[in-house]
Amino acid sequence: MKKTVFLGALTVAGLAAGAAAAATLDDVKARGKLNCGVTTGLVGFAAPDANGNWDGFDVGLCRAIAAAVLGDAAAVEFVPTTGKTRFTALASGEIDVLARNTTWTFSRDVDLKFDFLGVNYYDGQGFMVPKSLGVSSAKELDGATVCIQTGTTTELNLADFFRANNIKYEPVPIETNAEAQPLYLEGACDVYTTDASGLAATRAAFENPQDHVVLPEIISKEPLGPLVRHGDNDWGDIVRWTLNALIAAEELGVTSANIDEMAGGTNNPEINRLLGTEGTLGEMLGLDKDWAMRAIKSVGNYGELFERNIGENTPIGLSRGLNAQWTNGGLLYSPPFR
Amino acid sequence: MATYSDPPAESFKLSQLINDTRYRSYTFQVIALIGILLLVGYLISNLINNLQAAGLNISYQFLGEPAGYDINQRLIEYDSQSTHFTAAIVGVLNTLLVAVLGCAMATVIGVVVGVLRLSRNWLIRTLMSVYVEIFRNVPVLIWILIIMAVFTAVLPQPRDFRGANATASMVGDMFAFTGRGFYAPMPYFETGFAQGAVGWAVVLVVLLGSWLAARAVGRWAARNQEATGLRPTTWHITAGLWLVPLAVVLYVQGLAWEYPALKGFNFQGGIFARASLIALWFALSIYTAAFIAENVRAGILAISKGQTEAAASLGLRPNRIMNLVILPQALRVIIPPLISQYLNLTKNSSLAIAVGYMDITGTLGGITLNQTGRAIECVLLLMLFYLTISLAISAVMNVYNNAVKLKER
Repeated sequence: MKKTVFLGALTVAGLAAGAAAAATLDDVKARGKLNCGVTTGLVGFAAPDANGNWDGFDVGLCRAIAAAVLGDAAAVEFVPTTGKTRFTALASGEIDVLARNTTWTFSRDVDLKFDFLGVNYYDGQGFMVPKSLGVSSAKELDGATVCIQTGTTTELNLADFFRANNIKYEPVPIETNAEAQPLYLEGACDVYTTDASGLAATRAAFENPQDHVVLPEIISKEPLGPLVRHGDNDWGDIVRWTLNALIAAEELGVTSANIDEMAGGTNNPEINRLLGTEGTLGEMLGLDKDWAMRAIKSVGNYGELFERNIGENTPIGLSRGLNAQWTNGGLLYSPPFR
Repeated sequence: MATYSDPPAESFKLSQLINDTRYRSYTFQVIALIGILLLVGYLISNLINNLQAAGLNISYQFLGEPAGYDINQRLIEYDSQSTHFTAAIVGVLNTLLVAVLGCAMATVIGVVVGVLRLSRNWLIRTLMSVYVEIFRNVPVLIWILIIMAVFTAVLPQPRDFRGANATASMVGDMFAFTGRGFYAPMPYFETGFAQGAVGWAVVLVVLLGSWLAARAVGRWAARNQEATGLRPTTWHITAGLWLVPLAVVLYVQGLAWEYPALKGFNFQGGIFARASLIALWFALSIYTAAFIAENVRAGILAISKGQTEAAASLGLRPNRIMNLVILPQALRVIIPPLISQYLNLTKNSSLAIAVGYMDITGTLGGITLNQTGRAIECVLLLMLFYLTISLAISAVMNVYNNAVKLKER
């Protein structure tokens, strides 16, 4: 008894020990590396390539932050987290920022003591079924066996959706996306559900993607974004404005190709402030004046990041949809750099 | 005449705490105890300070809030609007279910394999050694995953039963073996005075009555044997006592069977044993059985050869020697390590999430923990649960051990 409590206290104390550290920016600078929490592997969003280098949409954000803070987009230690471990990893200080398809919800923001710093992908939960089942709507799924990642908002949305439509289902809880794929393909479950972007990424990795359809119903709002520990607002500002810089850069037409030219000074004052040729925005953040320029230069603006990793010309083939700039009818809207 | 006087009363000196062997061990025990308490106190205060610094507190209020998620296998009433506490209970029952099933099957396999390892038949002996060595030396998580993978890959899925040119079919229209689990017909009462659980309780009472009557017959036969030396033939009476009342009650109740049938995406109706339960049960059983087999073998080898020879000289046949002479004595050696194997099996059942079986680690320690973010609270509860279960198993098995151990008077 005594020993068990002792070990438990030891574990818990170890977990909690890192949480007290406040100045994340100083820690990151002293370490010379950004610890960034990502998925264990979701092609397009975050997955190691053949050479073991992490690449993807979420990975790009990590690299942009590292470029802004440390001046080196490669100075990132990617920490793979599951739906289960991600919050503990962030709360304990094992990672500095979590960029892992994490849905911004009230209870995570308020009760779990995290700060969400914006939305880098507007998503919603969908269903994927084999074409051979002949299902055309999620409401026809009465009695189906559904594969689902545990520890995510999808689990709760699923329960709500089936309850609201008064139909039954059999949940098969699965830890990671990688484990879900073979189960779905072998027919251990009829349906696979997760965020629509995740479904597209998963389907792209199948041998015969055309044999599977994503049903039209989107049953939830899933604003995915980066988050940090509550309480270190300076660090939160850096992550928030790095994301905003990528979004604003697309709106202002700044790309990784023309950024050197634009950094020489333009006649658009907002671009000048963003790139540090005018004003002192970088210093206000506790960084130098070129912070945003380095971030954009290393990974490109939001649009470039999107097209390169998950856009229509990639195997994942997501259209911009809600994730277009507000000027193009989407929801992306960066506050002004002023 | 000698005079006696009391030895001079020694006054207690502080140095005696170290130098005097009467006190020395107490001194060190007290010092060690204080050290441990200080360390535990430091860890706890560190935890509380850090939680405060992070703005968190320890609260179990979440247990009363709606869980919001569904669980596939539930032995009690549960839906997504039930509380986290109910979800935890569902998980507890699932853990206990697989633990009880696993312990029972592991014991049966373990005893059989343990005895067969000592067989004089070379082939059987070698096969059993190979089984024990393979299963004992590969981690149980790997076995769970392998068995589940084989399960889903080898057995047909419900979709294979569908359509005109189905590749799989049900066994006698009664049983369906699919990669999602096994379906079997379920008995239920159509007419009769008591339905559902009450009906089964009635059947149970009837069976209990039969058992008591059969025991009385057995005692009567034994008395007759003591008195006359001849044991009357009782098997037809016993069989009648068991079968006739059962048949009558089942007829009166109107026993009927509900057959599983493919409806929509899955088979509906009948009894459903999920693939996750079967795979986990089977994996835990055969893994633990390999250890139990070694315990049984050790127990049997601990009985001196003279016992076998003495029994043989009385004219007992080999299997009766094993059942009546060797195993009862071997139990004394087997039971203590068997307890720890039961504990291991129960604790290993926490790997259930690997196959999507919702045990307590999957509900309270998995989904509830994730959805509420109350990691410390959930982990403490989990520790408390496993501790309680393990101690309870130990207590029960110790009672049994005391019953079979050598009584020294």
